[in-house]
Amino acid sequence: MIVAKKKPVEEIIEEVKNYEKILVVGCNECVTVCEAGGKKEVAVLASALRMYFMNQGKDIRLDEVTLERQCDHEYLEEIRNIIDQYDAVISLACGVGVQFMAEKYFSTPILPGVDTCFMGAAEERGVWSERCQGCGHCILARTGGICPVSRCAKRLFNGPCGGSTKGHCEIDKDLVCGWQLIIDRLKELGRLEDYEIIAPIKDWSTERAGGPRKVVREDVRQ
Amino acid sequence: MKTNTPSKLEKILKAGHMAVTSECGPPRGSDPEAITKKAEMIKNHVDAINITDNQTSVTRLCSLAACIRLKLMGLEPVLQMVVRDRNRIALQSDILGAASFDIYNILCLSGDHQQFGDNPQGQNVFDIDSMQLIQMVRLMRDEGKFLGGDDIERPPRMFVGAAANPFADPFEIRVPRLAKKIAAGAEFIQTQCIYNLDKFELWLKQARDRGLHERVFILAGVTPFKSAGMAKYMKNRVPGMDVPDEVVKRMSGVPKEKQAEEGIKICVESIQRLKEVEGVSGFHIMAIEWEEKVPEIVERAGLYPRPSVED
Repeated sequence: MIVAKKKPVEEIIEEVKNYEKILVVGCNECVTVCEAGGKKEVAVLASALRMYFMNQGKDIRLDEVTLERQCDHEYLEEIRNIIDQYDAVISLACGVGVQFMAEKYFSTPILPGVDTCFMGAAEERGVWSERCQGCGHCILARTGGICPVSRCAKRLFNGPCGGSTKGHCEIDKDLVCGWQLIIDRLKELGRLEDYEIIAPIKDWSTERAGGPRKVVREDVRQ
Repeated sequence: MKTNTPSKLEKILKAGHMAVTSECGPPRGSDPEAITKKAEMIKNHVDAINITDNQTSVTRLCSLAACIRLKLMGLEPVLQMVVRDRNRIALQSDILGAASFDIYNILCLSGDHQQFGDNPQGQNVFDIDSMQLIQMVRLMRDEGKFLGGDDIERPPRMFVGAAANPFADPFEIRVPRLAKKIAAGAEFIQTQCIYNLDKFELWLKQARDRGLHERVFILAGVTPFKSAGMAKYMKNRVPGMDVPDEVVKRMSGVPKEKQAEEGIKICVESIQRLKEVEGVSGFHIMAIEWEEKVPEIVERAGLYPRPSVED
């Protein structure tokens, strides 16, 4: 999933303090699962904002809605007939949702309510960690199913570096060395000899470096 | 004797001499004397001088410019190059820049993570890794090609080195990793500072079992401790460093004013022991901000005078 974390309320207040009719929009997908921007978080943020405006002696309108997704036209359309009633929207979706809504509702300020962090997994309740950076060409078949791009601090294709200590990364004792994981897994799979195959230089043009990306599937296009 | 480059370091190693290299860290400023003074202190006692490349990610005068300073003094620089700060365009460009000054040695490194330095909020590059940098320099030198496939006019002629840390984890891949660097094209190796000699010898034995010592020149890295405090710091705070308790104890066991001498003594003893180990082709003496001690270490270790080789 796309993992996000809630922005501090003070930061959101700074952006919305001059508006009077605000809509807070949650998203029922990834940000609900990672407990940053679902219905529950919408309600929490909305009450914090109401409290703030009340303390300021300001009478404002603040409504809540949570959409199935904010990265699809279909669901974003559900607020088309109400959006003009507001002078700002706080979207608790990931950066994709915020932008997609802003494209659709061109004349309404759409403000982010979360910080979008990474694509990751829920290790345990309340702990999410990164697994993928969307580099556009997956090499997990070669690395024992562990990604050196997202799990090595230097994204080394031929790691580990000399800073790997007792399974941990040189930058943080609490961070697992991605290459230790790769080696452990290769060993488990009986493929440790693959370690000595030199990984070729990566073509980063399928990654961020190649500019904003697009996937076009003619077979499913209408 | 067939050499691949005009490198003096290569000639010395291929002639069968024990090589001695050392290193100078460039200054945090633009005073050229900071480099030339350090180089003057050690130039008669070493065969080549590494210039570090923004080591520990702290911004310094660039390695290339400092190497040019050494070259202008008639000395033999080893250009250290990390892949942290430059993409493949900049790396190739700097290699050509170095080649234009006839810098004949390069050490290919990944580089410490920027978090350790003075710009922890900066971006890192890691477009290619150190293994791939070795391959790239060999491609440029041996085939006269850019990574993109075009021909290079007057290709670089560089003796290609890499680092090895026998003490990092997991230990079981440390020899395979050396083999990989040799396969990538490394011709000489400078190791991490060695304090745990037993472990180093075990690593080297495993390398010898695979015949790797016949395919690459291994220069054992040594760093003298200035104080017991430095020994403790290296043990506890520097990632990938293995300082056994007995070494720390030995440093702490002498009075403060004699600790520097004890550090030199340990360093000299290490060299004397490792000189006898098959597969050690020389020493890389990293006297961190203590360059003035390099001549004494070299002399006491019986590595002086340095051999001369024809240009």
